[in-house]
Amino acid sequence: MYGVGILKGLGVTIRHFFNTYVEDLRYVGKKLNNTQEFERRQGVDSTGLYTVQYPEEKIAVPERFRFVPFLVVEDDDHPERPGHDWCTSCGICPKVCPPQCIWIVRSEDPVTKRPIPEPEAFFIDIDICMNCGLCAEYCPFDAIKMDHDYELADYDRTGIGVHIHDKEKLSKPFSYWRKIAPTTAWEEAVDRGGWEHIDVIKQKQKSGAPIAKPGPTWDSPYVPPIVPVKEEAPAAETAQAGGEAVGTAAEAAPVEMSAEDAAKEERRKKREAALARKHAKEQGGEG
Amino acid sequence: MTDQMIAPVRPETVDVDAAIGILKERFPDAVKDDTREGYVGVVVERSQLVEVATAIRDELGFDYLSSATAVDYLGIEDSMEMVYHAYRISGGKPLVFKAQTPRENSSIPSLIDIWPGVDFQEREAYDLYGISFPGHPNQKRILMWEGFNGHPMRKDWKEAYYEAELKPFESRWPKGYVRRSEELNIFGKNVAYPADFDLSRLSDDTEASLYAGMGLGVDVEALNSDEELKTDRLVVNLGPHHPSTHGVFRMVVTLNGETIETLEPVMGYLHRNHEKIGERNAWNHNMPFTDRLDYISSMSNNLGYALAVEQLMSRGMRYTPPTYRAEVIRVLMVELTRIVNHLWAIGFLLNDLGAFFTPALYAIAEREKILDFFEATAGSRLMCNYMRFGGVFKDIPERIRSTANLLNDKVRDFETTQYLTQLITETLPRAVDELDTFLTDSEIIKTRTIGVGYLPTETAIAYSAAGPLLRGSGVAYDVRRAEPYSIYPELDFDVAVRYNGDIYDRYLLRIDEMRESLRILKQILPRLERTKGESFFSGNKAVYMPRVAIGEAYGRVENPKGELGYYVVSQGDPKGPQNPWRYHVRAPSFINLTVLGQMCKGQKVADVVAILGSIDIVLGETDR
Ligand code: SF4
Ligand code: SF4
Repeated sequence: MYGVGILKGLGVTIRHFFNTYVEDLRYVGKKLNNTQEFERRQGVDSTGLYTVQYPEEKIAVPERFRFVPFLVVEDDDHPERPGHDWCTSCGICPKVCPPQCIWIVRSEDPVTKRPIPEPEAFFIDIDICMNCGLCAEYCPFDAIKMDHDYELADYDRTGIGVHIHDKEKLSKPFSYWRKIAPTTAWEEAVDRGGWEHIDVIKQKQKSGAPIAKPGPTWDSPYVPPIVPVKEEAPAAETAQAGGEAVGTAAEAAPVEMSAEDAAKEERRKKREAALARKHAKEQGGEG
Repeated sequence: MTDQMIAPVRPETVDVDAAIGILKERFPDAVKDDTREGYVGVVVERSQLVEVATAIRDELGFDYLSSATAVDYLGIEDSMEMVYHAYRISGGKPLVFKAQTPRENSSIPSLIDIWPGVDFQEREAYDLYGISFPGHPNQKRILMWEGFNGHPMRKDWKEAYYEAELKPFESRWPKGYVRRSEELNIFGKNVAYPADFDLSRLSDDTEASLYAGMGLGVDVEALNSDEELKTDRLVVNLGPHHPSTHGVFRMVVTLNGETIETLEPVMGYLHRNHEKIGERNAWNHNMPFTDRLDYISSMSNNLGYALAVEQLMSRGMRYTPPTYRAEVIRVLMVELTRIVNHLWAIGFLLNDLGAFFTPALYAIAEREKILDFFEATAGSRLMCNYMRFGGVFKDIPERIRSTANLLNDKVRDFETTQYLTQLITETLPRAVDELDTFLTDSEIIKTRTIGVGYLPTETAIAYSAAGPLLRGSGVAYDVRRAEPYSIYPELDFDVAVRYNGDIYDRYLLRIDEMRESLRILKQILPRLERTKGESFFSGNKAVYMPRVAIGEAYGRVENPKGELGYYVVSQGDPKGPQNPWRYHVRAPSFINLTVLGQMCKGQKVADVVAILGSIDIVLGETDR
């Protein structure tokens, strides 16, 4: 019958129209700028249509979101090497970059002319960068990472330091990386065997100094401090506890386990994590 | 049964090797095995190419020419060659045949009378390689403009931003000579020309030659004297800037009244010489570039390229095929991509029919959720860059979460398995059903689409149409079944097929295909669970410049828009960094357009837009 199709079509529009406003009415006044609401509206259960009110409201990006890379440097309050580059100018990322938008000047010792593992200059042309993430993927030192900051518009696109980011503009502290990508940062730290730069860890392993190790699970509230504070007993203790947990996990991983053993191991890890949480809570209560 | 055993083997059923044997017997002088290391198929003497090709199609039954492309072997053999991949529409391996020509005055007979589908591909080879095709009725440039100087895919042609032959460039490390690449441009900042540059010398006769064949300046009175209604013949340009062309694409049509007499697609506005870039790149550099082809289905573009290169790598030493988990994840991703693409295609078809954007937005509402998953897994919604040679970039995350970051403190958090299960078993089927309920019976859609843009089965095969265009015309040809890859053989699904060959059937077919994809995805979910924790990558993930064995390979996948093929040739020197010698993309959108003129003939001008929409093209891939 003619006309039914049109009515049906209009019906869809009307349904969406009302759904949208039903939502508005039900959550009157708190639809915007409300964490829970935003989450629900963006979730799988949301109904109706809504607009993300950019730039007041922004969709939170997932951890693996990639935009123009940045360089990891040590935090400013790092006791041994504040602000030191993680990059060793090994030259892998400029080779692996598909549009070839990374330029690195390797430092040289003025006397011996031997290369120093720290770049003298580092440039990325963000007009050319295609945000592919290959540099971050292949960097063996976890020194270059993909950023979440996608608002890079500028009035001028020419000149170095504007759209060709130089080292100063590229460098961001390690704590920033931990903040925007906690899981990934944790996984990488587990692979390295500690929170610090791989070279530092190796050195410390040699000298026997304490190494800050990541906790057993990335989202456990117990995350050891990045820098172990030697004077205070409780902090040192926690660092040790963390080290233990990771040590066992790392040992257990490569060995092939039966399902039963794995389950046991799993329970053990959970118990440890729970203990650690309890410990942390007690500490918090005292403080 | 006994009959069959007694009857002689029919040549159109023998396998490829036997077919080559028959061919060599018939043309002992013209057909030789391709004996180069890592190459397959036969080399055909170009003077007899047409006869041999006819035999291949008619006697041996290789009736579907998937790809025809040129390669320049400057410095290796100092010749150029055309490479053809012919398949049987019933499935199976290709018969690869090649014809060689010297680089100077290169010419190879056109195969357009045997496979009309080579039309655009030969024009492309003429345009980019300068091979001329005697017998081609319309040998013009297709991607570059008429009057362009040189043939850019030739190995000795250098682009304006030329820096060095191969990446990685020396100037990047350890002494990084930073500069803006615009400074490499011979025209400086895009506005200043060299002193001796004479603009008036630049001529562009494309337009004139385009219109000349289209009946401009015809005496209307004389032409239409018998008809009751006097109609004028008119050349109309649809596009390049037209909302219905899905990008920068132009159709020049001659109209007789409202009826279309001829239609010629004009393309290349988005041409960036993807393949030249691909040949400067190293092997793994190309992966993110493939995202930019069909930017709606980057996951499956990635997969096609990975398959082609893995084929090559498997011939070298120290290669382990992708792990099972990697294959499971790959199929999960490409099938989700198919749904994304078809939702988009159907939404836009409605757009093209005149229902502006409202239906399109409803159609893509669920697509958003798939893209969220892509973003959480691969890091980007469209430019996924997710597949690697030997696996994938990273495993699926445990949680799809957006944690506090500098831009927004609001938090989203889903358990991935739960999210996927809900998506695949509830949300997406509901969305597909919804489209089905509201659109399939709509009388407007039916009147506008049934019987419009008819493409007969034989024409579809002859014109190398692929994907929904081919299957909508009654050919159950799907690479996933015809030449299976990944874990498709163990998955249970049907090849959707419809028989009427009009817009409506192509629309129905897309709905069917989404349902089949959901069926596959439902089988993928338990496999994902089962392989949890297994390795998603085989081999050494830290290898950033993979070594690729010498030879050629053609990897193809069933992309949502049709068959996507990558023809890659490796001539790498085993020590230095390796780059592809040839990197060719058989783009379904490009080749599917060959038949557009045919389909539009005799239709009304308003239908052109809908017909184009039903092919479902994307210009990133068409123009490359
Ligand atoms: S790969 Fe990493 S360490 Fe090497 S140069 Fe690049 S950023 Fe520096
Ligand atoms: S993200 Fe890709 S394009 Fe950008 S700098 Fe890194 S490797 Fe180069």
